[in-house]
Amino acid sequence: MSETVDLAIIGAGPAGLAAATVASGLGLSVVLLDEQPAPGGQIYRNIESFNAEALEEYLGEDYTKGRTIAEEFRASDAKYRSNATVWRVDQDGSIAWTDGSNAQILKAGRVIAATGALERPVPIPGWTLPGVMGAGAAQIMLKSAVMVPDGPTIIAGNGPLLYLVANQLYSAGAEITAILETTRFRDYIFAAPYAFSAMRANEYLSKGAKLIQNLKKKGLKVQSAISNLAAHGNGHLQKITYTAHSLEQEVEAKTLLLHQGVVPNVQITRQVGADHEWYEPQRYWRPKTDLWGTTSIETLAIAGDGAGIFGAEAAVLSGKLAALETAYRAGIIDELQRNVQAKPLFREQQRIGSIRPLLDRLYHPTPDILTPANDTLVCRCEEVTAGDIRKCVQEGATGPNQLKAYTRCGMGPCQGRMCGLSVTEVIADARGKTAEEIGYYRLRPPIKPVTLGELAAMEENTG
Amino acid sequence: MEISDVIVVGGGLFGPATAYGLRQHGLDTVVLDDGDDVLRAARGNFGLVWVQSKGMGMHRYHDWSRESAHLYHDFTAELKECSGTDIAHRNDGGMHLLLGEAEHEQRRREMDIMRQQAGADGFECEIIEREDVAKMLPGVRLGDDVVGASFSKHDGDVNPLKLLRAIHSSFRHLGGKYRPDSRVENIRHDGSVFIAETKNGSFAAPKIVLACGHGITKLAPMVGLNTPIVPQRGQVLVTERAEPTLGMALGNIRQTDEGTVQIGNTEEEVKFDDGTTLSASQAMARRAVQIFPQLAGLQLIRTWGCIRVLTPDKCAIYDESDEYPGAYVATSHSGVTLAAVNARHTAKWIATGEMPPGFEEFSAKRFNAEGGYVSTHH
Amino acid sequence: MFRRTIDIKGETVSIRFEGQRLPVPAGETVAAAILANDPGYTRTTVVSGAARAPYCLMGTCFECLMEIDGVENRQACMTVVADGMIINRQNGKREIP
Repeated sequence: MSETVDLAIIGAGPAGLAAATVASGLGLSVVLLDEQPAPGGQIYRNIESFNAEALEEYLGEDYTKGRTIAEEFRASDAKYRSNATVWRVDQDGSIAWTDGSNAQILKAGRVIAATGALERPVPIPGWTLPGVMGAGAAQIMLKSAVMVPDGPTIIAGNGPLLYLVANQLYSAGAEITAILETTRFRDYIFAAPYAFSAMRANEYLSKGAKLIQNLKKKGLKVQSAISNLAAHGNGHLQKITYTAHSLEQEVEAKTLLLHQGVVPNVQITRQVGADHEWYEPQRYWRPKTDLWGTTSIETLAIAGDGAGIFGAEAAVLSGKLAALETAYRAGIIDELQRNVQAKPLFREQQRIGSIRPLLDRLYHPTPDILTPANDTLVCRCEEVTAGDIRKCVQEGATGPNQLKAYTRCGMGPCQGRMCGLSVTEVIADARGKTAEEIGYYRLRPPIKPVTLGELAAMEENTG
Repeated sequence: MEISDVIVVGGGLFGPATAYGLRQHGLDTVVLDDGDDVLRAARGNFGLVWVQSKGMGMHRYHDWSRESAHLYHDFTAELKECSGTDIAHRNDGGMHLLLGEAEHEQRRREMDIMRQQAGADGFECEIIEREDVAKMLPGVRLGDDVVGASFSKHDGDVNPLKLLRAIHSSFRHLGGKYRPDSRVENIRHDGSVFIAETKNGSFAAPKIVLACGHGITKLAPMVGLNTPIVPQRGQVLVTERAEPTLGMALGNIRQTDEGTVQIGNTEEEVKFDDGTTLSASQAMARRAVQIFPQLAGLQLIRTWGCIRVLTPDKCAIYDESDEYPGAYVATSHSGVTLAAVNARHTAKWIATGEMPPGFEEFSAKRFNAEGGYVSTHH
Repeated sequence: MFRRTIDIKGETVSIRFEGQRLPVPAGETVAAAILANDPGYTRTTVVSGAARAPYCLMGTCFECLMEIDGVENRQACMTVVADGMIINRQNGKREIP
């Protein structure tokens, strides 16, 4: 049951949908694989079936504009495989995936990975307690299930998503008792030099300002410059503590939503073996790409937040650019045609991108979570603490892979998604090195679990 | 320049186990190790303390492996006391499961050869039939094609990563010096000591031990040693954790003390490519499910490949340089099995010169220039 | 841990969580359906037996592992409810099936 196609796209978020639409429109055969049941990725989650009556008002037009992107995709000739989980990508363009019962292979001339971003893990004391979640998780519950956290809810961290989620949840009826921001006054000073160039994308600035204003209007205060955030409870979250103005505060809560920005999902790019680089202002790894999204592996391109965090609208543009490049490489359009179509996309991409230097410096991950206290869990799956990691460094473990061998840190089901960045930071800090020098886990297939039975049955399936 | 009694090059299993033994002899020892993400065969092994398949063509090696297996019980206790880490040593015997008559027959033939070469020294391993295999593995159903197994009471397993950590930790606990990120680029002899040059400085000692796996190829000639080793890839599958069910060490399928099921094995000539292939993953999964159909429902969460340090006859090489006495090499692909005997006998040989009986058989002089056997040794 | 802001409308299916029958909207994920019923926790860890509940709801954290229709360690946030589905907490390591 192996299929062959010109272009395989992994991920049905804005980048993947746009790439599929453009590529198939140019005449390439396209298959889009996505693990969710419906298109939209996370940012436009449930865009085709969300309860517009209940939610349209709260979710705002930034969300609902995703409808068009999904519609255009549905109207295109691209083949769509939903509930399709990709677990292995090879440099020759082979993709191994499963529909939950049968593992199969898709052979592609080229692959565009558009698997987006994930929330940066936020290791604070008590973050593994039931009741503590990512802020994005609450947004997913709103979009897909029309639910809000039950009981007193606190949102803590930094980044534009913080204010967006706070607004959305409050409007939908959540009991937001506090919004705690780790951003400090000095972050504004540090970011100020970038404010001028950010004016090119001033709609983002005004959106952000409006969100904060909205919160104030609704009587929700944002407490800034907090630190030492910790979650407490016996088997589930009961209260949180934090420091503000040098004073320790304590607040009861049933739900704590954490957010410290989003980071590229590098599972596929690392598994395939593409080169990566460290982006210092936001402290994340991203694959090295050219302006068309092509990685160090010619057959693999990245579109969307997986290449670097620029948001949904930029994702659409990079999806289209990667599609154009693919069509050019396939000989369907020539260089001139590619460049002519790309020009306005590049221009808009640059314009939108001009907000990033400001945002990236204003909303950077707080030192507390980059180098957590010793008894804070870093690897949730295998329950390895920051102290365990530091002890291993003292024993001579120089990097994440030796650490993994010594402690099983990173060997659990999530394969480093929730701990990888923290591990790099803790080791770098303990050894006095840069993150780039420390490196990251060696990622291996399967990127998502697949059963031995499916794997065993595969040979009968492949053509 | 850091001065020691012995420099051990290589931070895997061979080096630190020997270094730990050297510390027990009171020798001031430094272990020089490479970086985090180099080949590191010590991180890519199955964890078997295995005897039954060792030393085809060289009984001395079979015996050496057997001796190490016997020393393992005490070794485990020592490491536990020294480092606090329990390496989960299991010594209930081990089975190599056989699918179909062809495998059954081939294993029988191999065992006959081993028995013959052992002579009076004995080769304790027997073929057991399917019903007996089932009795020894009560928690799990055997696939229809399982015809039997070769069983040896000497075989067992250990948690290889805990072993690695315990050895490193014990070595340091005994006052050993460990220098990571210090790949040795050059070795010279200044008339009285060896000087090993790394990007983190130079290290000097009257004795130097090369136990750095594939790094030996470049370094051995610098101290007048000829050590033919070749790379060979082995791939492994690792599943999610499950309740302990496979109660014995099995060749190529092993449930670890943490509950994950490890499935091997390949032997591929791909130079130093430690990637994994879909076809090998499929083949290993198929065999595993053939042996234990229940494994079909388990989820695979990782595959990996690792490059073995293989000698031409798959038996260990231990050598002292004629041209530069005091320079040693110690290597084999069975760093786990041999850890105990390296800590005891190999260390003693390097520290005192006292060679275990028949030890000269392990010299690389048994090979000619191309890695084939020199006829005098047979 | 979560509550519905609107009444359940449209097609519903009947599932069981730890023996308790729950009517939930068709098309909802198991994780959402369970979180709406204050489960306290949804699994215990393999290492220490600590209580955990879903964290990311998008398939990356693997905290939402549950036993669904007899199959252990399934990601509840990636599984859609079906009529008659039987859902239990994942207690530590799974059994070999």
